[in-house]
Amino acid sequence: MAEPVPPPAVRFEDATARIGDRAVWSHVDLSITAGDFVAVLGPNGSGKSTLIKAVLGVLPLAAGRVEVLGRPPGESGADIGYLPQRRSFDPSMRVRGVDVVRLGWDGDHWGVPLPWGAARRARNARVDEVIDLVGAGAFAHRPIGEVSGGEQQRLLIAQALVRNPRLLLLDEPLDSLDLSNQGAVAGLIADISRRFGITVLIVAHDVNPIASALDGVVYVARGRAVSGSPDEVITTETLSALYGTPIEVLTTSDGRRVVVGQPDASSHHAGAHGHRHDHP
Amino acid sequence: MSASVGRIVALAGPGANPVDDVRRMLALHFMVNAFRAGAVVAVLGAVIGWYMVLRRQSFVGHTLAVVSFPGAAAALWLGVSVTAGYFAGSIVAALVIALVPRSPAGRAGSQESAVIGTVQAFALATGALFVSLYGGFLDSVTGLLFGSFLGVSDGQVVALAVVAVVVLAAMAVLGRPLFFATVDRNVAVARGVPERVLSVAFLLVLGCTAAEVSQITGALLVFALLVMPAAAAQQLTARPVLGLALAVALGLAVVWSALGVAFYSTWPVGFFVSTFGFAAYLAAMAVRLVRARTRRSAEREPGPAAVGAAGMVGA
Repeated sequence: MAEPVPPPAVRFEDATARIGDRAVWSHVDLSITAGDFVAVLGPNGSGKSTLIKAVLGVLPLAAGRVEVLGRPPGESGADIGYLPQRRSFDPSMRVRGVDVVRLGWDGDHWGVPLPWGAARRARNARVDEVIDLVGAGAFAHRPIGEVSGGEQQRLLIAQALVRNPRLLLLDEPLDSLDLSNQGAVAGLIADISRRFGITVLIVAHDVNPIASALDGVVYVARGRAVSGSPDEVITTETLSALYGTPIEVLTTSDGRRVVVGQPDASSHHAGAHGHRHDHP
Repeated sequence: MSASVGRIVALAGPGANPVDDVRRMLALHFMVNAFRAGAVVAVLGAVIGWYMVLRRQSFVGHTLAVVSFPGAAAALWLGVSVTAGYFAGSIVAALVIALVPRSPAGRAGSQESAVIGTVQAFALATGALFVSLYGGFLDSVTGLLFGSFLGVSDGQVVALAVVAVVVLAAMAVLGRPLFFATVDRNVAVARGVPERVLSVAFLLVLGCTAAEVSQITGALLVFALLVMPAAAAQQLTARPVLGLALAVALGLAVVWSALGVAFYSTWPVGFFVSTFGFAAYLAAMAVRLVRARTRRSAEREPGPAAVGAAGMVGA
């Protein structure tokens, strides 16, 4: 037979998550192929971030199981890079971007690091490398509160990448970025995923900036979560049913899909169509 | 005794030779002890203060310091060790504040500051009660509030140093994950940093520091050593290690120069400590503003270089 199929990067089996008394989603079975670039889509409040937290092991499942890189969640350590939702730094935060990236390397260690030696050199080399990789060299030494949202997001991606993870969990990394930065950061993430074979789970509000790079989609809605290929999920019928609001998927002349009638939160907020809002 | 109020009456004014002046000052044992104790609280206050300013817990720090006053006043009234009173007040308050439930986002919300403000007001009131029950001399109350740089015994210097070493050793262990949890809480938690435990540990460290510094500067002027050097250092640099070192250097400079000036003045030491600390902060802010202005004008000149680099995508 052909070569053995690699084990999935993430697998949910009959999983149920609860926050307080409320079941966020239940009986979820899905599997993410290693090396894939996968979007997590769904209306606000459907439990996309909860899914990410279950993979991280920060939120224990109420029932069922989840396996991450062949281990129980929370045991993969440096193999997982995480970028939480809507994180922006206060303008008065007097910490440099490079310090934030370094914290991703060894911030969870106790004690004072030695200011010399091979470990320090290895750290500095790797930190410089990821900062170059995300194109953050020009602003990494400025206080992180003083750089733009797009620049902060690049530094945070560098922080998530610094320990050579095999799985990247990105919770709305494109949110609160302007259009050109959305495209640029999405391209950067897709490129990194492909070049280094990193599995990426990216929670997205707006599927357009990442549509062309997707290998798979997980959609979360109405207490369920299902995975599928972009061809199956990013269609007028599926998205309209998923978000409970009319959504149209168009195909451009170069074969790219464009989603019109944003799967945004507009269904929850009458009169908010076409606008971006910050939802808690 | 008048020394507890923090005024020194030098027998003669400063002479022509500053070396002689310093020698004359250091010939007095209480001045040597003042310099020693001042050094201990300056270093401790600067390091812990640096974290406190970064964590935006200045209000908590102030409260823990103020709360040491009723502790010390109660100790005076009960006739037990005032030092124990300072620590009891601050540590109990730190534990009370640690019990305040936090907002789900993990940020110190308005509820927390309201609770802390309530604790502080109540603490001051009980302090006033203990002072009135004690019915002692006004001097000792002034000492509790505004410091007693000049009545420090050898034993007190040793006790201060021991506490400072213990607290700094604890910070050496906790410092890095605490920095992580402060700057980037969610990622730190995902990486397994016990953020809740660290927050409580830091409150205790802050309580010990406030109690320690209070003994020298008095409960109301703790901030001169806890906030001012640290805030000034953070204006000057965003580098963590350099910032800590700068805060320590500024704290030492402020305390020692204040003691030196106060020796030849009739004004209290605490006034000079606070004034010099304030001056250091203003100077640091001025430096930062000037730097920001020169950088902005420098960025305007060369044009698109920075923009080009920032716009490159994974090239």
